[in-house]
Amino acid sequence: MALPSYAGPVERIWYYSYRVACGAIFVFLIAPILVVIPLSFNSVPFFTFTPEMLSFDPAGYSLRWYRDFLNNPQWIHSLQNSFIIAIASTILSTTLGTLAALGLSRPYTPYKSVIMGILISPMIVPLIISATGMFFFYTSIGLAQTHLGIILAHTALGTPFVVITVTATLVGFDQSLIRAAQNLGAAPTTVFFRVIMPLILPGVISGGLFAFITSFDEVVVVLFLADFDQRTIPLQMFSGLREQISPTILAVATLLVLISVLLLTTLELLRRRSERLRGLSPQ
Amino acid sequence: MRAADGTPLKVSIARAMRRNRLLALGLIAPLFFFILFSFIVPIVDMSLRSIDNSVVPGVLPNTTAALRDWDGEGLPPEATFAALAADINAGRESREIGKVATRLNYEVSGMRGTIMGTARKIARIEEGPYKEALIEANKDWGETETWLLLKRLSDPYTFGYYLNAVDMRFDSVGNVVAQPEFRQIYVNLFIRTLWMSLLITGLTILLGYPIAHLMATLPLRYSNLLMILVLLPFWTSLLVRTTAWIVMLQSEGVINSLMVWIGLIANDARPQLVHNKIGTIIAMTHILLPFMVLPLYSVMKTIPPSYMRAARSLGANQLTAFVRVYMPQTMAGVGAGCILVFILAIGYYITPELVGGTSGTLISNLIAYHMQQSLNWSLAAALGVILLGTVAALYFIYNRIVGIDNMKLG
Repeated sequence: MALPSYAGPVERIWYYSYRVACGAIFVFLIAPILVVIPLSFNSVPFFTFTPEMLSFDPAGYSLRWYRDFLNNPQWIHSLQNSFIIAIASTILSTTLGTLAALGLSRPYTPYKSVIMGILISPMIVPLIISATGMFFFYTSIGLAQTHLGIILAHTALGTPFVVITVTATLVGFDQSLIRAAQNLGAAPTTVFFRVIMPLILPGVISGGLFAFITSFDEVVVVLFLADFDQRTIPLQMFSGLREQISPTILAVATLLVLISVLLLTTLELLRRRSERLRGLSPQ
Repeated sequence: MRAADGTPLKVSIARAMRRNRLLALGLIAPLFFFILFSFIVPIVDMSLRSIDNSVVPGVLPNTTAALRDWDGEGLPPEATFAALAADINAGRESREIGKVATRLNYEVSGMRGTIMGTARKIARIEEGPYKEALIEANKDWGETETWLLLKRLSDPYTFGYYLNAVDMRFDSVGNVVAQPEFRQIYVNLFIRTLWMSLLITGLTILLGYPIAHLMATLPLRYSNLLMILVLLPFWTSLLVRTTAWIVMLQSEGVINSLMVWIGLIANDARPQLVHNKIGTIIAMTHILLPFMVLPLYSVMKTIPPSYMRAARSLGANQLTAFVRVYMPQTMAGVGAGCILVFILAIGYYITPELVGGTSGTLISNLIAYHMQQSLNWSLAAALGVILLGTVAALYFIYNRIVGIDNMKLG
């Protein structure tokens, strides 16, 4: 929105102060995340910028907290757990969610809104309530304090995102393509893998990424369901922040920011690709 | 009309439609049953726990049976005392008696001592009359009130936990009365949760509206860049963002040091910004801001800029044009964003737990406290059901305004 040439002085002042205010809000959004990164290279165990750091003295910086992270078996164990749980629940929720989204997008599906409401519910219910309910039920059937229990719980929390993104991709999906393929003699599996899948793949991948980050970032359910053996990175951070706070947490936080940048980039590339395929944006 | 195989066309179409429906339901079924088993059943199970009162009838079965015929006047007959002695003895051996002690203590503090004290002495009481022996062991058994409490808790279901959740309780004869003042915490906490969620929602509009407007009106090249600044926090781990705010806000933290350096505050008068209400509000506003900006942006992008120009050329000044022409068109986005942020805010747990101290915690934190520390699980479940009901009502409104199908992610 450029300033029109007929703008008066009041409008000009208003326009520039509006821009400045917006800039301040963007700083508010991004600053906390950027501040963590240099602090994680601190050479002393403080959560603040030391005078050495501010004068860019190399002695003020070190990789000490990263070494601490890599040499601590507890952190490494949590990292493994986080990946095992997140990957397993992503595979499960992407498979189940994609199938359900295909069913929901077919014409003449009965009770659509009721089913959708139930499938989406894990996203709406506050996490503390889900965690409480899962704690009681999973304990009573012996799934609490197992990897399987947490994987199932995270799968439930992740599927709504897959259902929503894949359903959105299927909105513009031409159902007659399926009939055409069947007409030409394709078996149902061939139709699925050769016709449907390539078209909805961007939606499936972004849904899968959502499911992954939901599980990877989730702490409340893990807090209630996990024993020492199932500790994940977020739980380790959570208890670290509550008990003995150490700058190792900042090193972990920086690594997690890196992961989210990677995820964001992947999603952005996918979005561009699907927009290009639909001819929505100029090259 | 007949189809190729000779069946009437109507029958043939109905059959094809039925097959279509079954196929669709078949595709949905795996996820549906999975969610039912792994999510809905646990939630229902938790809701039932909020009215569950089976501890006393379960551990003291003979006593509750004997009390059924008691009229509540004076003391129950000798047979009831004998039943109680037998139940406590059995409960001591099966180690279940502590549950009863805890359960009774929720209702009347001090009952834990009564039960556990009696349980310790019960082995010495070998034969009747049990009435004198029990009153000798603990004089509470000589009080009608104690027996009335046991009789009241003999029912396997109760609404007592819901009363507790709104700072009320049953008195000894079963009337609903207010809790003593020092135990009245839940209503205030519900009010605080609602009030802070409203405040945070308001702040996200205040901060989100201008930047969404800027992104919607800038050329795509710039707005995509700015969008990254919104999406990066959105995709960054909640724990990372909470950690970041602890680092920023603590008394030796970045914000305070910056303010001292500028000269805004004295070095020895650094304000407390974290582990209180302010910390929760700042951190949660930051964390929930993208949930406001994204729906606002997607609505604002559909508003043609020519509308504002038309309003200006018809003589409206900038402000009038904005308020009368632009803002009404964005109301759908504002509504969607508000409800989304509000729903997320009232159920928030992690951030208030870490940056809220005692004055900035919300109802979720109390649920977690009862789950993990006081172990009053039924009260936690009752609080949870109330919270769930609130969220469900809000979600219903959201669905009416926006429709779940129109929800956009990322």
